[in-house]
Amino acid sequence: MASLLGRFCRKLVVPGSAHGSRMTSTTACGSETVKSLNLYSAINQALHIALETDPRSYVFGEDVGFGGVFRCTTGLAERFGKNRVFNTPLCEQGIVGFGIGLAAMGNRAVVEIQFADYIYPAFDQIVNEAAKFRYRSGNQFNCGGLTIRAPYGAVGHGGHYHSQSPEAFFCHVPGIKVVIPRSPREAKGLLLSSIRDPNPVVFFEPKWLYRQAVEEVPEHDYMIPLSQAEVIREGSDITLVGWGAQLTVMEQACLDAEKEGISCELIDLKTLLPWDKETVEASVKKTGRLLISHEAPITGGFGAEISATILERCFLKLEAPVSRVCGLDTPFPLVFEPFYMPTKNKASSSSSLSSPSKNTHFLIHGFSRLL
Amino acid sequence: MHIRQGTTCTCRPSNPLPTNIVKDATSFLHMAMLFARSRNLVSSLRQNLGLSAILIKRNHSSPRPVFTNYQLSSRVFLDPSTSFRHESTAVETQPDLVQQSDHEDDAQELDFPGGKVGYTSEMKFIPESSSRRIPCYRVLNEHGKIISDRDFIPVSEKLAVRMYEQMATLQVMDHIFYEAQRQGRISFYLTSVGEEAINIASAAALSPEDVVLPQYREPGVLLWRGFTLEEFANQCFGNKADYGKGRQMPIHYGSNQHNYFTVSSPIATQLPQAAGVGYALKMEKKNACAVTFIGDGGTSEGDFHAGLNFAAVMEAPVVFICRNNGWAISTHISEQFRSDGIVVKGQAYGIRSIRVDGNDALAVYSAVRSAREMAVTEQRPVLIEAMTYRVGHHSTSDDSTKYREADEIQYWKMSRNPVNRFKKWVEDNGWWSEEDESKLRSSTRKQLLQAIQAAEKWEKQPLTELFNDVYDVKTKNLEEQEVGLKALVEKQPQDYPTGFHI
Repeated sequence: MASLLGRFCRKLVVPGSAHGSRMTSTTACGSETVKSLNLYSAINQALHIALETDPRSYVFGEDVGFGGVFRCTTGLAERFGKNRVFNTPLCEQGIVGFGIGLAAMGNRAVVEIQFADYIYPAFDQIVNEAAKFRYRSGNQFNCGGLTIRAPYGAVGHGGHYHSQSPEAFFCHVPGIKVVIPRSPREAKGLLLSSIRDPNPVVFFEPKWLYRQAVEEVPEHDYMIPLSQAEVIREGSDITLVGWGAQLTVMEQACLDAEKEGISCELIDLKTLLPWDKETVEASVKKTGRLLISHEAPITGGFGAEISATILERCFLKLEAPVSRVCGLDTPFPLVFEPFYMPTKNKASSSSSLSSPSKNTHFLIHGFSRLL
Repeated sequence: MHIRQGTTCTCRPSNPLPTNIVKDATSFLHMAMLFARSRNLVSSLRQNLGLSAILIKRNHSSPRPVFTNYQLSSRVFLDPSTSFRHESTAVETQPDLVQQSDHEDDAQELDFPGGKVGYTSEMKFIPESSSRRIPCYRVLNEHGKIISDRDFIPVSEKLAVRMYEQMATLQVMDHIFYEAQRQGRISFYLTSVGEEAINIASAAALSPEDVVLPQYREPGVLLWRGFTLEEFANQCFGNKADYGKGRQMPIHYGSNQHNYFTVSSPIATQLPQAAGVGYALKMEKKNACAVTFIGDGGTSEGDFHAGLNFAAVMEAPVVFICRNNGWAISTHISEQFRSDGIVVKGQAYGIRSIRVDGNDALAVYSAVRSAREMAVTEQRPVLIEAMTYRVGHHSTSDDSTKYREADEIQYWKMSRNPVNRFKKWVEDNGWWSEEDESKLRSSTRKQLLQAIQAAEKWEKQPLTELFNDVYDVKTKNLEEQEVGLKALVEKQPQDYPTGFHI
């Protein structure tokens, strides 16, 4: 029950331009047809387009043949054949290694890791091989055609091994890109960009949003640029930065703060590596406050990188310490999930958001009050 | 028992294989059932071959099958219009592993996912090892004489001489680069001493279109394909001419022009990649396969399992060559695995495999050539275990006398030397003389010394190459870091090595 309530605020049904919010993707719609799709359908559409537009592209992983455990690969095997869309043995290091080999021969390999929690056996192939393939060969070889997709993040009942957010591990690896979409429309455009980007990309899909998020998604082939953050809600008092499903939580926190008269600027980072520092920097120089939020545990999370960078660039403009509202430093718990998660209450209580007076200096991080 | 491998060029009837072939007969029957276009063929097989009888009887007096196992197993049998081209693919059975039963009702089969399997009321464990180790295919004896005329692919004078020259060149190259490291001129080196036959003969058996994914002890393959001594030296010195742009340690060669993937230090990572490469070639319908190398130690890595399993399931044309040289740095193979080496692992993945004398250049040539043909024409992986010995230390960072007897090293270096063995055969044919020998050795040595001197004098890589190729296009953070570093180096040049132009 608690988890249901806790989840209620996370359901994202996009009504359009309510609240001046641009939670929906801002790709130009114009006269193209759109369709109301959830996240897994949008991803499915992107995969159909990717395979259609490049005959040398492949989709494979565990159980992708029948449509995948999250239905992201529905219809692909039937349409493009089992030579291009196929199940693999249950072996993540093999899946990624095989994908690297295919990509090194000039193909696009869109591989699926069934849950981000299971990506670690492939960590060696990703870090030591894929990320360094071009650099170590002096650009004689590359595996840029490799894209690794994995569902990540809390789902309400996932526990240790179906809820993890491992993005921070990968953001520490020069040579790969890390991309996380926030909604169906974003996911389709970002996935197509990731697949077509000439560098290996790790693409984390917020599994919570696979069904929960519904949005008008253009049916045509479009791409959203990587390494470009987006201000999805404009404001003047504080900057909030996040990615993936957490943005829906943060948006609720923004709405609550607005009732208190605090104007929040919300930024979707989209690409974590390499990340768009300029957009965040410009925003913080305007607002003077920064709050970062992610589901992954706070210690060593990617929020630390953003915090340190913004501190370097915006120190004299900051009116309060950078706030991080994140998961606790525990393995992702089952029954305690509502307590672990960085909910909107935690965001709202954080020092940055609770009292925005420009003359007051905050000594206590809001988050520590909750420990 | 004699392994029939045949050659790729001639047609010869196989020797009759033992009739206690229950396991293989059953699997061949499965294949027949899969491929057969009608049930009639299956029932006629059962009748003609008395297979039902074989399934239930243990004794060896069953009638000799009308068709050999090889014939049953290959599509040739089922399509009478094709020739016996693939005779070389004859597969040796392993009777020790066969489960036999002697009950009437065992003629029935159980239906499980994965197909039908016979059952037995006798509880019998498959032994952990065969009573006999898988024998090793060889062509030349230790004195360089051909043992049997019948089971190898002939090598012309031209090819043989080239093979010998390259083996000797590899020896000289190893010696001189090793010394260069000892003199402090390069930072690191590792030799292939003792494994020259594997290096050169395997390369000679491949086509230039075959994509090679090495571990790190196979520079001879690159040498064969035309990488020059200067190019080797440039990589070792990491100078401006190094194709790798000075980013990796010495011996981490790579050349897209020669279809030789860049060496990376992690062990066995190339194996699942080779499966992907093979699959790519299959999809492109190329007359080429992936060829990948691994040592005995590397077969313990998870990527070995991943690579072989993927290649088998995906039916990818890959030749896996394992150099079983007895040592993984200081770890002897007795501490690496408990199986009969690596060859027995092939069948566990459904992969055809052979054990070959890795110090016999002609045997390696024949085996690799045959394996390559199988991989390409049948679109399947093949595993070769080449038995050899690592005469040199693991690398210049190792002193192997600390963990093995000097006598052992000496024995392999002198009495079991693959280069000398092949040399004897080439000389016996009148294709090589002592004069040729000294000419080759001295000119190669000279060329190498010149290559090293030239490589040393080459300019260093420009500093910007530190930041290129991380991505296809330099990212903002890298641009900023480059600007910062250049400013720092300009400000305090005394703290940095010279020669790296900004």
